[in-house]
Amino acid sequence: MVNLEPTSPDTALGLQGNIPQGLSPVLQRYWEVLDQVPDPEIPAISVVDLGIVTRLTVEEDGGVRVVLTPTFAGCPALRWMEKTVQKALLEAGAPSVDVQTTFENPWTSDRISEAGREKIRNFGLAPPPRRRPGCAGPDLEALAQAACPRCGSQNTSMKSPFGPTLCRSLHYCFDCLEAFEQFKPL
Amino acid sequence: MTFSIPSNPLPRYLLQIADDQLVMGHRNSEWTGLGPILEEDIAFSSIAQDQVGHSLAFYEILHQTYGLDNPDQTAFNRPENGMLSSWLVEQTIGDYAFSLVRHWCYDQAVALRYESLAQIQDSNLQALAIKLRGEVKYHTFHAQTWMKSLLQGSEESRLRMLSALKEVWPLALGMFEAWPGETDLMREPGSQGHPWYPGEKNLQDLWQTRALESLASWGVEVEALGLQRMEPVLGGRQGYHSEHLAPLLEEMTAVFRLDPQAEW
Repeated sequence: MVNLEPTSPDTALGLQGNIPQGLSPVLQRYWEVLDQVPDPEIPAISVVDLGIVTRLTVEEDGGVRVVLTPTFAGCPALRWMEKTVQKALLEAGAPSVDVQTTFENPWTSDRISEAGREKIRNFGLAPPPRRRPGCAGPDLEALAQAACPRCGSQNTSMKSPFGPTLCRSLHYCFDCLEAFEQFKPL
Repeated sequence: MTFSIPSNPLPRYLLQIADDQLVMGHRNSEWTGLGPILEEDIAFSSIAQDQVGHSLAFYEILHQTYGLDNPDQTAFNRPENGMLSSWLVEQTIGDYAFSLVRHWCYDQAVALRYESLAQIQDSNLQALAIKLRGEVKYHTFHAQTWMKSLLQGSEESRLRMLSALKEVWPLALGMFEAWPGETDLMREPGSQGHPWYPGEKNLQDLWQTRALESLASWGVEVEALGLQRMEPVLGGRQGYHSEHLAPLLEEMTAVFRLDPQAEW
């Protein structure tokens, strides 16, 4: 299968894994715990792969503070994710967990890790194309030429920018004659 | 149920945006299950979900930073004259042509407002505006695709779209109603030093110029349609509403009123 996706080197997050480098053992363990918390709409990828965990710190008393940012502002899974993140950290031994959701570091689809993109593809969705440098906001021209997650063909057409969840669009592949969905670039 | 409209210009402006999004989202959600084709059913439902999400983000800031009640109370526990949404968004969904033309007019205006808000000094609001601007790009893209197709489609689709345009236009102009505090906000310096908020008159001119250009490019004889001579329908930004808002609020707040203090 040929990888026809455009790549751009202009993102710090999302190129390899989304767990920061050089963490203390405690923080490393908490990040790994969150890396097991699935996205409820695409359970193949974790909230860490998805790039919605923007901050994880441990206070002096051992309490954990997590900052999340939503993929789409109207994401109905957000409260569920806050609760699941909290529960996972408490079960991993954190004495207390405070989860906040903010738009301080707003999510873009470029925050999805490389591993996450591969998991999205294996799940049957086309991963979002990376932003071209200098393109403000989602690149809707790229949306129209999504590569089919089954055969890799770019001989496809977008049927609707809105799909079964806020983060997916509907497409059709003229080579394998099948409909498919794409994780929308944002 | 008492509510005092914020006297400070910025929170008042944010409340107007939030109320528009909440009411528009509620109206658009009425297409769920009724869309003319499945994809459009999904599109209007998704756009509605985005819009309610956007209103929540602003209500949250109004609560955290400007001392308004929590988002649920602000959204669902306000008298009709405390709602600052425009008449455009509260109108019933009508036929698909009406809803589509309204969606196009509305989201083009939202895109302009977010574009301007993205230049505010406050870094939280700026980040939020940049984020939401990206989501609205999908709305305007969707609206444009259908405006173009139906205006250039069959004779029937063209006539129905033109008729909807004439119906929607005065209401759409009402989105740009002057409001108290507007001139103060127009003086506030943005992140680049110069003012970030151009005021309603300028927003309206920009909106109308772009909209008329698009319509002309889709073959609409703008002059003959008389859109430029239409008068705006005003009142919403001062808390005066058409007969359509009260029943909408009644329905929208029905579950909330069963137990106003419930934890969701």
